[in-house]
Amino acid sequence: MLEALLTNPSVVVPLVGALVGVASSLVGTFLVLRGSSLLADAISHSVLLGIVLVYLVTGDQYSPFFIAGAAAVGLLTVFLTELLTRSGRVKADAAIGLVYPFLFAIAVVLINVFARNVHIDTDAVLLGEIGFSWLDTVSVGGVEVPNALMTLGAVTLLNALFVGLFYKELKLATFDPGLAAALGFSPVLLYYLLLGLTSVTAVTAFDAVGAVLLVAFIIVPPSAAYLLTDTLWKTLALGVGIAVASSLLGYLAAIWLNVSIGGTMAVCTGVFLVAAFLFGPRYGLVAQRAQRRRQQGENAARTLVVHLYNHESKEEAGRENSVSALRQHLRWDDAKVSQVTAVGREQGLITLGPKRERLFLTDAGRRLAREVWEPWRRE
Amino acid sequence: MPQPTPRHEPNLALHIEDLTVAYNDKPVLWDIDINVPPGVLAAIIGPNGAGKSTLIKAVLGLLKPSAGHIYLHGEPYAKQRRRVGYVPQRSSVDWDFPTTALDVVTMGLYGQLGWLRRPGRAARTKALSALEQVGMADYAERQISQLSGGQQQRVFLARALVQDAQVYFMDEPMAGVDATTERVIIGLLKKLREQGKTVIVVHHDLQTVATYFDFLLLLNVRLIAQGKTSEVYTAENLRAAYGGQIALLQTAQIPQTPPTVAETV
Ligand SMILES: Nc1ncnc2c1ncn2[C@@H]1O[C@H](COP(=O)(O)OP(=O)(O)O)[C@@H](O)[C@H]1O
Ligand SMILES: [Mg+2]
Repeated sequence: MLEALLTNPSVVVPLVGALVGVASSLVGTFLVLRGSSLLADAISHSVLLGIVLVYLVTGDQYSPFFIAGAAAVGLLTVFLTELLTRSGRVKADAAIGLVYPFLFAIAVVLINVFARNVHIDTDAVLLGEIGFSWLDTVSVGGVEVPNALMTLGAVTLLNALFVGLFYKELKLATFDPGLAAALGFSPVLLYYLLLGLTSVTAVTAFDAVGAVLLVAFIIVPPSAAYLLTDTLWKTLALGVGIAVASSLLGYLAAIWLNVSIGGTMAVCTGVFLVAAFLFGPRYGLVAQRAQRRRQQGENAARTLVVHLYNHESKEEAGRENSVSALRQHLRWDDAKVSQVTAVGREQGLITLGPKRERLFLTDAGRRLAREVWEPWRRE
Repeated sequence: MPQPTPRHEPNLALHIEDLTVAYNDKPVLWDIDINVPPGVLAAIIGPNGAGKSTLIKAVLGLLKPSAGHIYLHGEPYAKQRRRVGYVPQRSSVDWDFPTTALDVVTMGLYGQLGWLRRPGRAARTKALSALEQVGMADYAERQISQLSGGQQQRVFLARALVQDAQVYFMDEPMAGVDATTERVIIGLLKKLREQGKTVIVVHHDLQTVATYFDFLLLLNVRLIAQGKTSEVYTAENLRAAYGGQIALLQTAQIPQTPPTVAETV
């Protein structure tokens, strides 16, 4: 029963995608918040060098040394980047752009020279072969379990433990590294642990999703989540949710359209990002547009009450505080005049004279005008 | 048996000797000697780029000095972490970070909690009462990007208050804030001094420095002068610290002779 499930591609493949997504977005959230998304890109490419070097030395396709090799090369990437940046001659983003193509290129050359006959081919390196992730299995207590599930499950657990245990420390070190260091938490150590885990995640997920798709999983779900909420744990939770949903939907879409599974999974994360960008409750484009329109409406109403307040106790009140003055002096067109007066009346700020020409402030309108004029009074 | 390290200048809140700090081998502070007695409200003043922030970061161990030593109440910073509070420059963090005002204040308690322990109900109560002290209780659950600059600064101040420290370092807490916030902040600083704490503040406004602070450190790459405001707030010292830039200020406001310290506000 269990074995049937674990050798069924339509269970294993989306599950592998979901594990990649969860593991990636857990570390990715902190990288994105720290402004180090590009570093995730760099690491997911340069771990290939670690994989190739370990393969050349051990001749083994599955070896625990891959983890060590990947972590070492990941940290080497960061170290070289910081070395270049610290020289003061290269900006941080340019330094990243110099380092990882170099390491990636070395890896590709090594593959071509020494390992022509291995299953590492360029497509797999970039996009992975998640569709075949159910094929390689190991026997665990007599049950055949796909390798990918075992390793990715372990890494997901590791990342969840790291984020769970050091949640408070990671939050502080990401938001205010200065205070974190002053209080005796080592933000540098936490940062390197985070990057180490990113490298380990990358090498574990490499077979399944490759370098390019992995970046989508590390950066995109957290970025989408960030647009949707205002607290850190919700950002983490939503990122994880988006990653899982993208894997499932991506898998279904790929089967339906008969296209690359990894590709559709990545596209799905992108769809979530675009949706969050457009329809996010506070930072989404639509919400911002509505907010701006509301603001404009409010400002027009304020302009009106201030105008009335300014003139109501003076002799020109009859001329100024009238509908026609809004047209002639404020230069509002008919549509705007009727809209603003309607809003003003609705909100109880103004009343209209008997001939629908004179405008009068209510007490509430007067209060608002005073607030606009003398904002310090409010406190 | 481990030898107890001898305490050094235990009667000074801050003792710095021969401090030189460099970025990439380029010193920005040269051979600084500073002695601040406990219980004062001290201002660090000096032009942009004088090294004021650098000095604070060196005291808090965020930068490694290339020479010199720093002691707080007789001990190096590493031994005094729990007794030192810190308010960094407001611009040093990303205010779009997904978190609330209350959460930021709670971060001030992380040092007392140590590794792994989570803030609980007691921490929440402390953080709320600190927010109340800075007049921000109503904004506890606000996302921090929704706060005005002055309100953000007050949140930072509340975060330092929960640290319940003996010596406070604050980097430009009154830069770019509204009048209400400035009043709240200076009121709190004076209250901290009344409680016997030492407060050392980077201040940018020469007009208010003499009325707010009773101790001054004039800095410009080197230390120009230090001591009671009544003794060191002179045109001569200010000119030495600010060089040509002093012409831009209202020189009429600066006394030629030491002023009598007006305890206003
Ligand atoms: N991270 C840094 N790397 C290199 N130089 C720096 C760095 N931070 C500050 N500086 C330089 O050190 C000097 C002092 O800076 P700072 O302490 O911020 O001055 P202040 O706070 O008095 O305005 C300035 O010349 C500044 O350019
Ligand atoms: Mg500064």
